[in-house]
Amino acid sequence: MAMLTVEDLKIYYATPFGHVKAVDGVSFEVREGEVFGIAGESGCGKSTLVHSLILRKPPMVHMGGKALFKGRDLMRLSKEESRKIRYTELSIIPQYAMNALNPTKKIKDIVWDLAREHGHTDREEVERLLRERLKMVKLSEKVADMYPVELSGGMRQRATMVVSTLLNPDLLIADEVTSALDVTTQRVVIELLHHFMREGIVKSIIFVTHDLALLDKIADRMMILYAGKVVEIGPTEEVINEPSHPYTQLLLSSLPRMGIQYRKQKLRGIPGYPISLLNPPKGCRFYTRCPYALDKCPSEEPKLVKVGEEHYAACHLLGGEDQ
Amino acid sequence: MGFRRYMVRKVVVYGITFVFAVTLNWLLPRLMPGNPIEAMVSRSGGAASSQLIKFYEEVYGLNQPMWKQFLNFWVNLFHGDLGYSMLYNAPVSSIIKHALPYDIAILLPAIVLSWLVGNWLGAIAGKNKKYDRYTMPLFYFLASMPYFWFAMILVYVVGVKLGWLPYSGAYAPDLVPSLSWTFIKSFLSHWILPFLSLFIVMIGSWAIGMRNMIIYELEADYVRYLEALGASEKLMTKHAYRNAILPQVTGLALQLGMMVAGAIATEIVFNYPGIGVLIMNAALNQDYFLLQGAFLIVVISVLAANFLIDIVYAFIDPRVRASYTEG
Repeated sequence: MAMLTVEDLKIYYATPFGHVKAVDGVSFEVREGEVFGIAGESGCGKSTLVHSLILRKPPMVHMGGKALFKGRDLMRLSKEESRKIRYTELSIIPQYAMNALNPTKKIKDIVWDLAREHGHTDREEVERLLRERLKMVKLSEKVADMYPVELSGGMRQRATMVVSTLLNPDLLIADEVTSALDVTTQRVVIELLHHFMREGIVKSIIFVTHDLALLDKIADRMMILYAGKVVEIGPTEEVINEPSHPYTQLLLSSLPRMGIQYRKQKLRGIPGYPISLLNPPKGCRFYTRCPYALDKCPSEEPKLVKVGEEHYAACHLLGGEDQ
Repeated sequence: MGFRRYMVRKVVVYGITFVFAVTLNWLLPRLMPGNPIEAMVSRSGGAASSQLIKFYEEVYGLNQPMWKQFLNFWVNLFHGDLGYSMLYNAPVSSIIKHALPYDIAILLPAIVLSWLVGNWLGAIAGKNKKYDRYTMPLFYFLASMPYFWFAMILVYVVGVKLGWLPYSGAYAPDLVPSLSWTFIKSFLSHWILPFLSLFIVMIGSWAIGMRNMIIYELEADYVRYLEALGASEKLMTKHAYRNAILPQVTGLALQLGMMVAGAIATEIVFNYPGIGVLIMNAALNQDYFLLQGAFLIVVISVLAANFLIDIVYAFIDPRVRASYTEG
């Protein structure tokens, strides 16, 4: 069952020079009980995409498309309706999770302030739950009575994860939560997310990252974005092992591998830079950097082509014109 | 908790600062050119005979070597004896005791009320761009206006031209300070203009400080997080305000430290009998003891205010508390 269905979503940024098309016609669905990965390099629109689901603030503008979350279109909710479902049904662990908690308030006070905003009336009940969850993530329950400044960075990260998931949201967005962490802490975070899923605290997770190796470990299905468009989407195993889009292939081959010295084999990258989203080309947005670019690539936009069970990629090389 | 150690360290540091500051106070007037006894004798109209000067030097202890004077000064200080004013012919402690209430009567309400009003206006400006556009120029105008200049405008417009309020002294010259209704009425009518001249100007800088802090705090990660988790506007403002007010508390305490002599220019404009006027007169007439005494009060109140912030901050800002328990 689909928890979230995004259809042809267009999120632009209004600038004095025109609209920056950060998310341009993206469709996907997140099913109940799955971890859905979103990957791509900086500026591909992955953060814009997930933030637009939570909160759209100028200069971000919604230019079309739907995002159906449990039957309601997130793009059409009133301010108050949207405020109410955040945290209780749709929550986020932000990129800046280590600094997300107000340094001058005790963690139990922050949690109570938020819970009260969402209609909770029993303070003791909320605090009891908080202590229970803190213990679950291997923090002392005394952390509830502490100020965020009294905790280490890793402890703050875990405390934020507890705060974000306290009210059992159906869908949790984890936005680049592991990007600033060392591998040990990364593992802890990934394990906790799995634990949250297993315990039924959250039903689905959208995991945003630029680290494909990490997605391999956590995501059931994944989507690769490039310049605001979906280039490939499918079950993680298939996308990683049999990438169909040239961009995905290049992205995977640019990952550093263990045991290979840079002197023997140079680290491979993708030449060039992502295009400007202010005035993107009509056709494929990747053709400027694509080693296999065809004549029609600059002018004709490739459509998503089925390359496997539930596995799609948007590239002319795959014979998209037939479908 | 290292709170005891923190306190002990603070007390030691403030003790050393106190000794150093008071020593400087003692030394500075003595480094001024000129001889105060000669000045005093000539002011009283008498010919400055060397015998007379010698007599007075002995009275004031100024004929002794410097180290002895210094020692006497500290001994007397601990007996509560601040010396005898050559200018006013009265014990310094009693002069200060009579002047101090006037300073506090003007400055305490001016500082506290302007702090409250300024923070309130600044917080609104920080949150509301439209309102901000109109009020900020006004705040900047107020903040950059010298106190005495605005005081002079008040004297001229309200006092002289309109004649609504008295503008000189702390009470009518034909009254003697007492707790009678006439005196209180006279005192209050004399109080309004100097109070306003400080209050209005002070609002400007408090408001600017608060506005900038609120804008900064509303952009902070923890506010964005609250918003992402569906906090209401009210809750976000509450959290931001709590943190934005912290630097303002420091400012308030520092201002309160300057309370006893923070309005020298204002007191001169309104001819208001506070410590500020005493300091000016003492400096002009080389009244060592009065100058020492007045500065002593200033030093004590500034140090006390700073000490107070250090303690209060440990309670209101967990970041400060965390830093001292660590180190």
